[in-house]
Order: sequence, then C-alpha cells, then structure tokens
Amino acid sequence: MNYHWNWGIFFEPNPMGTGTYLDMLLSGLVLTLKTAALAWIIALIFGSLVGVMRTLPSRGADWFGFCWVEFFRNMPLLVQLFLWFFVLPELLPKAAGTWLKQLPNAPFWTAAIGIGFFMSARVAVQLQAGIGSLPRGQKMAATALGLTTLQAYRYVLLPMAFRIILPPLTSEFLNTIKNTAVAITIGLLELTGQARSMQEFSFQVFEAFTAATLLYLLVNAVVVTAMRFLERWVAIPGYITGK
Amino acid sequence: MFANLDFDVIRRALPYLFFEGMRFTLTLTALAALGGLVFGTALALMRLSGHKILGRIAGVYVDFMRSLPLVLVIFWFYFLVPYIGQWVTGASRPISVGAFASSLITFIMFEAAYFSEIMRAGIQSISRGQPAAASALGLTYAQTMRYVVLPQAFRNMLPVLITQTIVLFQDTSLVYVLSITDFLGAASKVAQRDGRLVEMYLFAAVVYFTISCIASFGVRRLQARIAIIR
Repeated sequence: MNYHWNWGIFFEPNPMGTGTYLDMLLSGLVLTLKTAALAWIIALIFGSLVGVMRTLPSRGADWFGFCWVEFFRNMPLLVQLFLWFFVLPELLPKAAGTWLKQLPNAPFWTAAIGIGFFMSARVAVQLQAGIGSLPRGQKMAATALGLTTLQAYRYVLLPMAFRIILPPLTSEFLNTIKNTAVAITIGLLELTGQARSMQEFSFQVFEAFTAATLLYLLVNAVVVTAMRFLERWVAIPGYITGK
Repeated sequence: MFANLDFDVIRRALPYLFFEGMRFTLTLTALAALGGLVFGTALALMRLSGHKILGRIAGVYVDFMRSLPLVLVIFWFYFLVPYIGQWVTGASRPISVGAFASSLITFIMFEAAYFSEIMRAGIQSISRGQPAAASALGLTYAQTMRYVVLPQAFRNMLPVLITQTIVLFQDTSLVYVLSITDFLGAASKVAQRDGRLVEMYLFAAVVYFTISCIASFGVRRLQARIAIIR
C-alpha cells in the first residue's frame, strides 16, 4: 500500500477557516441530526394521518391514502429531492418560484421536506399494519361505549397501535438519519458531505470516511438504546414485551 | 406554467436515456440482486450455523452495513476497491477499476446485508422437523440445505426478495454521486446540456414510478398466488 496515513489530520485547520477538520465533521453531524429530526417530525405527522386514513371505513379516504403511499414509495428518494429542488420552483407561478429559489438554507428545507414526505409513506404503511393487527373488538367496544370515531382513534386504537409498531418505527427513524446523506446531491453539507469535502481538501480519503463511519455507528447506537428504554417505558402489562 | 416547456427534448434523448442509461441501471440491478442474494444467503447460513465465531462475523457485518448510509458506502468502495485490487493481485500501484465494477461490488456487498436478513427469516420459517427428517434420511448438511431448506425458504420469501430488488432498483440511482451514466445520470446529463431540468427530471420520475409500480403490482399478485397454494 502506498497510501499515506495521517491520523493527525483531524486536528489540522481546515481551509474554510472554521476550525479544524474535526470541527468540520462535527458541524456535518449536527446538520445531519437537524435535518433528520425535522424530516422525522414531518414523516410522523403525515404518516400518521395517511396511515389512519387507510383504516377508515370511508372508501375515498382509503383511496387517497393508497395513492399517497404509492406515489412516495415508487420513486427513488434522489429523484424526489430533484423534483422538490429543481422542478417545483419552475412549475409554481413566477413570483413564488423566485421566492422559493432565493430562500436561505434551501438545501436544508428541501432535504427535510423531501425526506419527510418520502418517509411518511413508510410510516403510514407501518401504522396501517399496527392498527390492522389490533383485535376487531377494540374498535367495536369503543363504539359501544359511545366514543366517536375520532375519540376511538385518539384514546383506544392509536395508543395501542403506536406501541406495537415502536420497533419498526425505530428502524424507520434510523433510515431517516441515513437518508439525509442523499441530500449531498442538492448541496447539503451533512456528515457524508463534510467527509467528502474533507477528502477533497486534504486527500486523506480513508481517515475522513472512517471518522464519518464511526459517527454514524455512534448515532445508531444512541438511537437504538434510547428506543429500547422508550419501549420498556411505554410497554403494556400483559403483552409479550410488557412487565 | 407548462407553456414554455419543451417536451421534444425528451424524444430526442430517448435512445441515449434507454440504451445507455437504463441498460446500465437494469444490468446493475440484476447482477447486484443476484450477487447480493448469493452472498446474503451465505451470511444467513453463517448466522444460523450455530458456530460461534462464524455467526458473530456475519452478525457484525450485517449490523455494520445496515447502520451506514448507502451514499457513504458508495464513496468507501469507490476509493477502497483500487487498493483491495492492488492487494489481491500484488500489483505495485492501486489498480484502476471501472465505474461499473466498482458500483457492482458496492451494491453486492451492501445489499447482501439486507438479503441475508430476509433469507434468515425464510430459513427460520421452515419447521424443525424438515432438517431433522433430512438428516434421518442420511442427507449431509450441504444436501439438506440444497435440496430441502433453501428451495422452500427462497420460495416463501420470493415476494419480499422481489420487493427488496425494487428498492435496489431505486437505490441504484445513487451512483449519481460518482457521475456515472445510469438512467438518472443520463437524464441529468441531458438536462444540464440542454438546460431542460424540469422536463428531464419529470420524465425520469415518471419512468421510475411506472417501472416500480408495475413491479410491485406483480409482487402483490405473486403474493396472492403463493398464499393460495400454501
């Protein structure tokens, strides 16, 4: 191997004048987490709405949910980001399009919204499965008690369904974090992007990518551990995972 | 809003888009799915072998690959494969590997982690009596797997395997970060050349959407058929 290793590179100043190379990577990590957090909130809100719609007796709502899921699931995330970033501003009325293009931080908002909608389809599928796995008697009992549909979902079905799908939701959250790396293509300098630019400035390819890899593994470990605690905390007595 | 769009640019670029771009995408998808399935099955067998070290190695590999973003893995292999090639062949300099070979290796190694989890679930869904019966008949471990367990596991998991291949088909678009001419790469090159981003990206979206939709519709039909037979 004629690769020149230099692990000290992390403590050398970066050419952007924003501190060391390590600071550069850490700022990328922060941006990754911010983007993932906003995207996850969007995914949870829209995913829950659509997931519930798919279980409603109304055929129109079911059909709308079906279209939503198929639309966001059958296109690569990269193509969806391009649609939001390059295509949407052109199709809007001129003033709105210009305003959109001149937004500060456009890659950040585009990435968060694009990844959020992309993941919302997956959250919806999980939630639909979760609600579907509940015994039919629960909905009936709720109705018999005089609860409206809204109340039945709010107090009976959703609290159970969300607990059941907590493990798959954890992996969807991890997917959201990983998917932020795709936003490198619209110029978002998240962790992978910063590792890539560190490689371009310093030519220390393997050090840069090793550091990024370790940071991703760390984030994964933290999320998995936190979700285990959450699962135990909200577990329902009498269920397999309960006390 | 569609007034000043020129959809003729798509018609002119069609041969390039499909014969260059889509061919790359489909070849990469097919070979990566095949390689990933073989390597993934091997990983699944390692995990279920009951051998402590082998199981451990496969487990760590799968968990490791599944916690990294695909984009980062693509970059890793793009820079790493020339050095691995140098090490394997004993050459004096890092060997140059083509864009196709580099991305194929990446996707096989990455997808194997996902395919291995599917195959593991498939193998575990076979009742215990079957391998027991096979060994009572005098079949070796290899024969049991080859003739009894794997064919059924593969068959039971076929819908999931195809779904994962659809995901793989969509994920191959990420080779864009290496400026490779896959379908999206071709569309993007035409888009930049002619200044027609809106038309080309819309068209790419429609093509990806149509292919994935048809494929997942096929999976649903297959699933229904398999469910009736079992």
